[in-house]
Amino acid sequence: MDPIDQAHQSREWLIESCRRMLLIRHFEETLIGLQNQGHFAGHYHVYIGQEATGVPALSCLAPDDHIFTTHRNHGHLLARGAEPGRMYAEILGRRDGYNKGKGGTFHIAASHLGFHHTSGIVGGIIPLATGAAYAAKARKTGQIAVCLIGDGALEEGAAPESFNIASLWKLPVLYLCENNGKYGAGRALGAAQSFSMAAYPLTDLPKVYKIPAQQVDGTDALAVYRVVSEVVGKIRQGQGPQFIETHTVRWPGSESNWPVVPVVTSVDLAWDASAAPEKFRDWYRASDPVLAFIRKIVEAGAATRAQLAEIDAQAVDLIDRAAKFALASPFPEPQEALTDVFA
Amino acid sequence: MRELAYYEAKLEGLREILAADERVHFITEIATGFLGLSPHRVHFRQIASSFPDRVIAPPISELAFCGVAIGAAMAGLRPIVDLITASFAFEAWPQIVNEAANAFYMSGGQTRAPVVFHLLHGLRGAGAAQHSHSPQAMLWNCPGLKIVLPSSPRDVKGLLKTAAASDSPTVFIDHVLLFEYRGSVPENDEAIPFGQAEIKRSGADVTVVATSLMVQRSLAVAERLAKDGIQVEVVDPRTIVPLDFDTIMGSVEKTGRVVVVDECHQSCGVAAELVARIAEAGFDKLKAPIRRVVTLDVPIPFSPRLEEFVSPSEARIAEAIRAAAR
Repeated sequence: MDPIDQAHQSREWLIESCRRMLLIRHFEETLIGLQNQGHFAGHYHVYIGQEATGVPALSCLAPDDHIFTTHRNHGHLLARGAEPGRMYAEILGRRDGYNKGKGGTFHIAASHLGFHHTSGIVGGIIPLATGAAYAAKARKTGQIAVCLIGDGALEEGAAPESFNIASLWKLPVLYLCENNGKYGAGRALGAAQSFSMAAYPLTDLPKVYKIPAQQVDGTDALAVYRVVSEVVGKIRQGQGPQFIETHTVRWPGSESNWPVVPVVTSVDLAWDASAAPEKFRDWYRASDPVLAFIRKIVEAGAATRAQLAEIDAQAVDLIDRAAKFALASPFPEPQEALTDVFA
Repeated sequence: MRELAYYEAKLEGLREILAADERVHFITEIATGFLGLSPHRVHFRQIASSFPDRVIAPPISELAFCGVAIGAAMAGLRPIVDLITASFAFEAWPQIVNEAANAFYMSGGQTRAPVVFHLLHGLRGAGAAQHSHSPQAMLWNCPGLKIVLPSSPRDVKGLLKTAAASDSPTVFIDHVLLFEYRGSVPENDEAIPFGQAEIKRSGADVTVVATSLMVQRSLAVAERLAKDGIQVEVVDPRTIVPLDFDTIMGSVEKTGRVVVVDECHQSCGVAAELVARIAEAGFDKLKAPIRRVVTLDVPIPFSPRLEEFVSPSEARIAEAIRAAAR
C-alpha cells in the first residue's frame, strides 16, 4: 500500500472523496431496493465496485469540462455533485427528474455539470466526446472532454473511428475505459483475451492509433487520481488524446442482470465482512474499493472510524431524503411527452 | 432579380454562412464539398481555401465524423457535415438517428445539437443500388430531425441559411440533378423559414405535391399538360419536418384531385405519409382517388434502361395526372 502522503492528497480531499464514494454506494443500494419494491421499471446498471474510479478521476477536471457517459452513469453524476433526489426522480420517471422524466436511468443529463448527453448505446458517446474536444480546441476554451466508457464500448466501430480522428487532429479528449470485468462474469475476462475482444490488453487498441494508453487499478483511488491528474495535465498542454483502462472487480450482486443487495455497506464492514452472505464475502473483503479506501484513510490517520461512520450516516440520511423526494415528486402530465422534440 | 444556377446559389449560401458565423465548421471531403462528383466541385476549392481552419476533411469514417459534429454542436459549434451521397448516411445512422435526433428530447430540453447533415439523394444516373437512396422517409420516422428538401436555386440558398441557424439537428437533402437548374435568387441575404410550402405553379385542375427534383420534373410535365388543357398546381413543401400541411390542403380543397410525386420507394415513403394525411383530413374534398408516383419497390438497378423504368419518370407523372384529371 502506498503511503497516502506520497499521493499529495489533502485530508479534505480524502474525506470528501470518501463521502462521495459512500454516497454513490448508498444511492445504488437504495436504488436496487426501489426497483425491487416496484417503484420503477426497466433494466438498469449500478456503479457499485467502481466508486474509486469515478470519484478521483472526475475530481481532476475543471468545472466547465465536457463529460460524456453511458448507461452506467449514476456514479459519475454523483461524483460531480449531482443532486441524488433529482437523479432518483429521473430514474423513477418523475417530473422533478433532471430530464423531466424523459431520459430515465440510461440518459441522465445535467448540462450545468458538463453532462450534456448520456447515451445508452455502449459506444455512442465516443464520437460525441471526440467532437466536444474538437469544439473546445477550435474555440480555444481550454476545456477538455472526457469519455467514460466500459470495456464493451471498444467492440463497436465508433471506438476505432473516433480514436483515429482524435489522434490525427490532436484533440483534447480523455478516453477513460472502466473495465469492470476482472475475474467476473463480464464480457472481458481481464486476465486474457476475452470471448468478445481479440485485442488484449485493451490499451492495444488506442495504441494502434498512436494514442498514449495505460492501465491502472480502478479500485485504488489514489492510483487513479495520480494517473488521471497526470494525463489530464498532458491533455491540457495540447498533447492530444489519452486513454486509460481501469480495472475493477465486478460486484457479485450484479452477476444477474437484476441486482440484489446482499449487505448494506457500512464503515464496520471494512474490518469485518462477516455480515455479508458467504458467496459475497470475498468481494467485500478483497475487492470493494470503498471499504479499501476507508481502511486506507483510517490506517493513515487521516480520520477515525468514528468520524467516517458519522460521514456514512450523513450519506445514508441524504440518500434516504433523496428517495423520499423522488417518491413524492409527481409523474409528468401526459402532454409533457409532446414537448422538447425540437429546440 | 439576378439568375443563378442551383449549384451557384448553394455555394453562395455556404460562403455567406461561413463568413457570418465563426461557429460554423464544414466537415467534408475538400475536393468534392457539397457538390458531389459534379464538375462544379472545383468551385468549392475557393471556399475551402478561404476558411482553411473551418473546412475540415475527415477520414472516411462517417459514423465518427457525424458524431464528432454532433458532439461539437453540443459544445458550442454549429457544424455542417457533408455526407455527399445520401446512402453514406447509413454508415452514420446510429449517430444521426439515435444520438442527434434524441439529444434535446431525452435530456429534457437541456442539450441542443445544432448540426446540419447534407445529403445528395436519389437516382443520379448509374448509381446502382448502393448510391441512389432517398432516406428522407426513414429519417422522418425519427422525431427530432428537421428535414429540408430544396428544389430551386432560391430555395437551396434560403433554406441553407435557416438550416445553419437552426438549434435542432437538420438533415438537408438535395439532388445532384438539380445543380444545373437556373432561377432567380435575390441579392440580399434572404433566409427562407422552415415549414412554409411554396406553390411553384398555380392551376385549378390537379394538385401535384412534389419534393426535391420531383418538383422540377412535375413543373415540366405541367407545362406540357397545360397545352392539353389540364391546369396543374404544383405544391412544394420545401421542408417535410416541419410540414406546412395547410398550404397542401388549401390546394387540395381547390382542385379535389391529388398526385403526390416523390423519389422514395413506395412503401412507407414520403408520398405514403402525405397521401395518408390528405386522405384523413380531406377525404370529402376529393373528386378522384389520390395517386402517387414514386420509385418502385426494388433495389435500384444499374442499367440505364432499368433505372428509368423504376424511377418516377416524367411519363409516369404525366400518366398519373391525366388519370387524376379524368
